[in-house]
Amino acid sequence: MTDSVIYAPQRSSSVSAFSDYCWRNPRMFLFLLLLPPVLWLGIIYLGSLFSLLVQSFFSIDEFTGLIKHEFTLKTYRELLHPANLDIVVRTVSMAIIVTIAAAIIAFPIAYFAARYARGKWKAFFYLGVMLPLWSSYLVKIYAWKLILAKEGILNWFLAELHLTWLLESVLSIPIIGGNSLSVSYIGTCLVFLYVWLPFMILPLQASLERVPVNLLEASSDLGGKSQQTFRHVLLPLAMPGLIAGSIFTFSLTLGDYIIPQIIGSSRLFIGQAVYSHQGIAGNIPLAAAFSIVPIIIMAFYLWMAKRQGAFDVL
Amino acid sequence: MTISVAFSKVCRYYGDIKAVDKVDLSIEEGEFFAMLGPSGSGKTTCLRLIAGFEQPTSGHIEIFGETAEGVPPYQRDVNTVFQDYALFPHMNILENVGFGLMIRGISKNERDHEAEKALQMVQLSGYGARRPSELSGGQRQRVAVARAIANKPRVLLLDEPLGALDLKLREQMQDELKELQKTLGITFIFVTHDQGEALSMADRIAVFNNGKIIQVGTPKDIYQRPESEFVANFVGSSNIVAADYAGLSEQKDTLVSLRPESIKLVDSNGREAIVISRSYMGGSTRLNVENSGVRLNMVIQSNTGLPQDGEKILISWDPEQAHLLSNDQ
Repeated sequence: MTDSVIYAPQRSSSVSAFSDYCWRNPRMFLFLLLLPPVLWLGIIYLGSLFSLLVQSFFSIDEFTGLIKHEFTLKTYRELLHPANLDIVVRTVSMAIIVTIAAAIIAFPIAYFAARYARGKWKAFFYLGVMLPLWSSYLVKIYAWKLILAKEGILNWFLAELHLTWLLESVLSIPIIGGNSLSVSYIGTCLVFLYVWLPFMILPLQASLERVPVNLLEASSDLGGKSQQTFRHVLLPLAMPGLIAGSIFTFSLTLGDYIIPQIIGSSRLFIGQAVYSHQGIAGNIPLAAAFSIVPIIIMAFYLWMAKRQGAFDVL
Repeated sequence: MTISVAFSKVCRYYGDIKAVDKVDLSIEEGEFFAMLGPSGSGKTTCLRLIAGFEQPTSGHIEIFGETAEGVPPYQRDVNTVFQDYALFPHMNILENVGFGLMIRGISKNERDHEAEKALQMVQLSGYGARRPSELSGGQRQRVAVARAIANKPRVLLLDEPLGALDLKLREQMQDELKELQKTLGITFIFVTHDQGEALSMADRIAVFNNGKIIQVGTPKDIYQRPESEFVANFVGSSNIVAADYAGLSEQKDTLVSLRPESIKLVDSNGREAIVISRSYMGGSTRLNVENSGVRLNMVIQSNTGLPQDGEKILISWDPEQAHLLSNDQ
């Protein structure tokens, strides 16, 4: 008994003293842990958003081009000007269409990945979805410009299939059509869809993975045909993922200013308007007011989604 | 008697694994039928074959005389109570129970009325507005039963429905399910690995092992006349001894099953045995004793004088109680 060694905890360094202190004061530990991210989020992130909000209530003096630092709603009146309202409507419509199309395309892919893909196939799925995100955004968009151009590969391919008439009839549709896909809204929409699709697939896949298979079996057992099971069981349970994905696709489309500049008719989107007003025009208040629009739309969207019970299953 | 479910040479293979292997089965209408077996014995796969979630690799299944292969679950007159209940988390209890009726396009008033009636049958009236997450395990189990019977199926399948409940609740639910089956008069097919549950509830039991049915019979048949060592050991516990040792002199090399409660403690005219160990189980006490090199388990009433470890006692049994086992398993 006398030569047995007792391994007593060593309490020499200040590091272990600090660690002991944290163990005894879990609230203090939590406070220290959260301090840096809260400072970042609170001051740099939300602070700059708040300053943006404040900027939108200032106005610009037309003669001097200087910003008048006093409260006014003049900038917002300017925002409601038909030319500016056009930009808002155009952007929001595009965002809605891109989001719906992304949801329709993403659902089967996400469902396959969640229910059937195992092992190698699962890895292949993640690689396939993520791979486009690893290459440069600009390169992808310019590549799409070449694909969609009048002399591009898509036109050539359709010509080989003797389907040029089909493309031409699609392009002859007023407003969304144009000279070629690369200068039409259809083209803009296609590229948006391509770029944001992973942001829809991944949250949707995560939410579908959490739907137990036996719920689908239970529905089928109780008489539900596939489409009824989809409508009454799968879709409501996938809603949180669908909402999460649509927040990405919707808000990313609302804010983007590069895709509509490179591909599409040269009409402005919100992002481009912000870019031009805060740049050459120096109209920071109007740029700020434009930036507020997506925030309000997203807040409204989330409020609606919550009211519809989209988050009840969370 | 109408046959509700019939299997003939049904097999279900997953690659090399024979989950269900040449099963023949016929279940009568209005019967409380238990499928009993250890996990992985194929009993749940059989249930899923009846429900339509699985298709047989070969063989033929009939439900009320109609071929079941290729018929999707939603067209079968069969409903399932799932092992972990599978209640829809985004619906309240009334909507859950009325789900099958909603699918069939029955008006909201009528299906709420029917759902409420089904909830009454499982003693849960008034719980309709709650969510599944707000109920206890036992209550969820009742909702799962109510949801299945609200559809008025001709066959109700229950997949280990009481597995997740504690002992007291399980015993209570056993009685209630038995009563419910009598009231409804429909076929109940019940999957369980708990032999006590099968013995107390079922009209007939099929004992499964390795994808095959080992024995089918009434609980009394299964318990008193097990045909194989597997059944003798799986259903209750048993002493497997040589026939001549048990007192059946004519069969020399065959084995017999001798139930622990068949062995009695006697004052005279018995075999001499030594008590190796005891386990007190409340009303009864299990003794492990040794008699001429053979270890035996026996059960005696605790209120009689309990022998001590190492004590010499006299034991005896009626050779009639020993049941011959066939050699195959």
